[in-house]
Amino acid sequence: MTRDDIFAKVRSTLVDALNVDDAEVTPAARLKADLNAESIDFLDIVFRLERQFNLKIPREDLFPESIFSGDPKFVAGGKITADGLAELQTRMPYADLTEFRKDPRTDKIEDLFTVDLIVRYLQSRVGSA
Amino acid sequence: MRWTWIDRFVAFESGKSAVAVKNLSHAEDHFADHFPGYPVMPAALVLEGLAQTGGILVGEANRFGKNVVLAKLSGTFHRDAAPGEQLTYRATILDLNDTGARVAGTAHSGETLVAEADILFAHVGPAQLPAGLADTGFVFTGELARLLKSAEAAGPA
Repeated sequence: MTRDDIFAKVRSTLVDALNVDDAEVTPAARLKADLNAESIDFLDIVFRLERQFNLKIPREDLFPESIFSGDPKFVAGGKITADGLAELQTRMPYADLTEFRKDPRTDKIEDLFTVDLIVRYLQSRVGSA
Repeated sequence: MRWTWIDRFVAFESGKSAVAVKNLSHAEDHFADHFPGYPVMPAALVLEGLAQTGGILVGEANRFGKNVVLAKLSGTFHRDAAPGEQLTYRATILDLNDTGARVAGTAHSGETLVAEADILFAHVGPAQLPAGLADTGFVFTGELARLLKSAEAAGPA
């Protein structure tokens, strides 16, 4: 499956799950900030992706929302520590942390959840030509 | 408050599907106001009945050990339903895991499709409850518990 194939399926999944237009689902679109996804929508999206791609997505694998749960080793003063960033990269190898590293505030973690993140995750799961 | 919007289960296949019926009666208060001179079942109450059918199906799949709450629903209505009709709610589990379930539902009057809906349920445990609240089973109690008995009585589909 090519990256374009994956993107097309992800787009149709998000159009159905979030009731948005095709054109809104760009690779850079953030699920919460741009596509108005709520927490419960992540559960919906995961179910639909599992069905669409015929695979199982373990809890907190694609969207580790509560990844650190305030663990002082990983979070200090509302920011992710160096250890935390390393952990984040390990847990989300498909995430592009370049921008996030500049200002790693915990409330910015959700901005990592973009359409492109989903596509990269699925590429890592199903392979890509 | 009485908030049971299905009358009984007529078929139940654990972890897969359930069928329940709801008889619409002029004696139900809402018909007086919805609408005067043109009584039709409020769409939200059709969806409630469908969600109760699906919610009990999902709850039973885990032997009612988890709180099942309606998280998200998208529905389409095809026609009104009036007093005297019997609605048949069919719920089928599409997906089910630790975090919740997705259910496809339809409401028919006889052979006619009245409404269909895609329903997302979430399992609510200690992690999702406000701090300090005990993780008690707050969903499958009282009226819903009685409905469960009718589900058990219905047996396998």
